[in-house]
Amino acid sequence: MAEVLVLVDHVDGKVRKTTAELLTIARRIGEPSAVFIGDGFDAAKESLAKFGAEKVYRVESPDVLAHLVVPQAEVLALLVAEKAPAALLVSASPEGKEIAARLAIKTESGLITDAVDVQAGAAGGVATTQSVFAGSYTVTATVTKGTPIVAVKPNSATPEEVAGAAADEVVAYTPSDAAKGATITESKPKEATGRPELTEAAIVVSGGRGTGGDFSKVEEFADSLGAAVGASRAAVDAGWYPHASQVGQTGKQVSPQLYVACGISGAIQHRAGMQTSKTIVAVNKDNEAPIFELVDFGVVGDLFAVLPQATEAINAAKG
Amino acid sequence: MNIVVCVKYVPDAQAERTFNASDNTTDRENVDGLLSELDEYAVEEALKLAEAGEGEVTVLTVGPDSAADAIKKALQMGADKGVHVNDAAIHGSDAVATSLVLAEAIKKIGSVDLVITGMASTDGTMGVVPAMLAERLGLPAVTYASELTVDGGVATIRRDGDASTQTITATLPALVSVTDQINEPRYPSFKGIMAAKKKPVDTWSLADLGVDASQVGLDAAWTRVESFAARPPRSQGQIVTDEGDGGQKLAAFLSERKFV
Ligand SMILES: Cc1cc2nc3c(=O)[nH]c(=O)nc-3n(C[C@H](O)[C@H](O)[C@H](O)COP(=O)(O)OP(=O)(O)OC[C@H]3O[C@@H](n4cnc5c(N)ncnc54)[C@H](O)[C@@H]3O)c2cc1C
Ligand SMILES: Nc1ncnc2c1ncn2[C@@H]1O[C@H](COP(=O)(O)O)[C@@H](O)[C@H]1O
Repeated sequence: MAEVLVLVDHVDGKVRKTTAELLTIARRIGEPSAVFIGDGFDAAKESLAKFGAEKVYRVESPDVLAHLVVPQAEVLALLVAEKAPAALLVSASPEGKEIAARLAIKTESGLITDAVDVQAGAAGGVATTQSVFAGSYTVTATVTKGTPIVAVKPNSATPEEVAGAAADEVVAYTPSDAAKGATITESKPKEATGRPELTEAAIVVSGGRGTGGDFSKVEEFADSLGAAVGASRAAVDAGWYPHASQVGQTGKQVSPQLYVACGISGAIQHRAGMQTSKTIVAVNKDNEAPIFELVDFGVVGDLFAVLPQATEAINAAKG
Repeated sequence: MNIVVCVKYVPDAQAERTFNASDNTTDRENVDGLLSELDEYAVEEALKLAEAGEGEVTVLTVGPDSAADAIKKALQMGADKGVHVNDAAIHGSDAVATSLVLAEAIKKIGSVDLVITGMASTDGTMGVVPAMLAERLGLPAVTYASELTVDGGVATIRRDGDASTQTITATLPALVSVTDQINEPRYPSFKGIMAAKKKPVDTWSLADLGVDASQVGLDAAWTRVESFAARPPRSQGQIVTDEGDGGQKLAAFLSERKFV
């Protein structure tokens, strides 16, 4: 069976959930081979094996990641030429898409971004589903040239555990001069919030201008559900919440099982980042807020009254 | 310093966007268009750099007749000149072909030090053209900039990542894509609107760029849209008004759906 390459998304060997999803999708198309670039392989190996990676191609060259995406695209181009995979999957993060874009040009291959579903194509290759125009249309597409490259959105598949051999093979790679054109000269880590990562979370609770800058009720409600906390751009622009938490066109695109919008009106740019969520709930004072057009369940009311009561009820139910 | 800003003319997101049933491409004729909002940040950043020192700003667009409006707006904001690549064969081009045309146009403009793009277009929202363009031009790219400085032939950006805030540098010539965090785009002034009328705009065909028509357009696309369907309207959800028990009702809904 042909190999399907999956670029591992990880931080120092801590493999992100999206990679498990990609490995699960890869098995629909062929035999999953993971590509691991950077440090921390020992920590990563176990989770790659757990989700069915038969092989792992690894690149250890220390300065690869300091030069951002070009070296990673070069590594993948090398593997595409050598292994002739049936497809190549990356996660649809900004970085994943940038790597995929360069790779598409290098290998003259068609690229599909932000897929929410990927299946084996009827005539080989892949058949993808995307959600476009802020979620108002669903589009199916295929790749007609080269090695299909697909950038897949987080939460597009439920990771399935299947033991894989994860046999590792070191790939000899030296970055070209062109690959060293951009360099990370400084990196300031952010404080961990202790909450799930926004794009990976099964539940996201977001606050907007309606919080008036007080996110405590939103956070307490989120914590009762084990949710990640997001924010509208209005809340971010006001300096109430960090930009990394912004949901929307110019923030994160999330598609959790449950999205709860609190004090958010539902502008088109906000919808662009959350409309593919499975279940949508809103709490808003204004019964005419556009967000209510999307909801499965909505409460017209003051979030400062509704959220604490819901939090208390949920915490009580959990016992 | 020669700066080229790539701007896209897009269907208005506030309007009803749709597809052409005949070939599954984005309908660009029957929907009002405008300069992609996210490219205004790219234009603004270029103008700021040009104003701070020597520099000339050329705005470049690839698109149909109506895309001239995107150039006009950028010229009104203050850009010096425009280049419009317009050719019927380009209809239906994907990001790969668009990046090819942009790359050839930038080569023809010549001696470009800095290419600035938006982070993504508001219609396709792929956010891949900048990286494809950089790849084709053999340029380093620093993307998703929320701050940009250019000094001594080096572009330095700040990027707000998930796990960290990064400082990234690239030696010119380079490509920079900018986010909506980077600045506050100006509105064209009356003076700017008048001045724009006299600014030069070159219109180039594919032949002017030496690009063969078979390399672009729908038939040259490396991907194919097989079908499109309007998402079924979300079945009307249940909406309750808080009468002192809204929180309990919310909790009950979440329990019923097994989120608790
Ligand atoms: C280029 C561009 C990119 C953008 N990108 C994004 C993006 O990525 N993400 C994004 O979110 N926006 C984005 N926007 C902004 C977007 O257009 C809206 O301005 C923004 O989403 C509004 O945020 P909001 O809903 O919090 O605020 P508002 O629209 O002001 O809504 C606040 C809501 O809170 C309700 N409310 C007030 N008080 C209470 C209370 N006590 N209890 C309950 N409800 C209350 C009000 O009824 C109102 O509906 C972008 C805009 C542009 C131009
Ligand atoms: N047809 C086009 N003409 C000029 N610039 C474009 C065009 N398409 C995309 N771009 C540039 O590439 C950026 C990202 O576009 P996209 O990859 O389509 O999301 C935009 O913000 C523009 O700066």
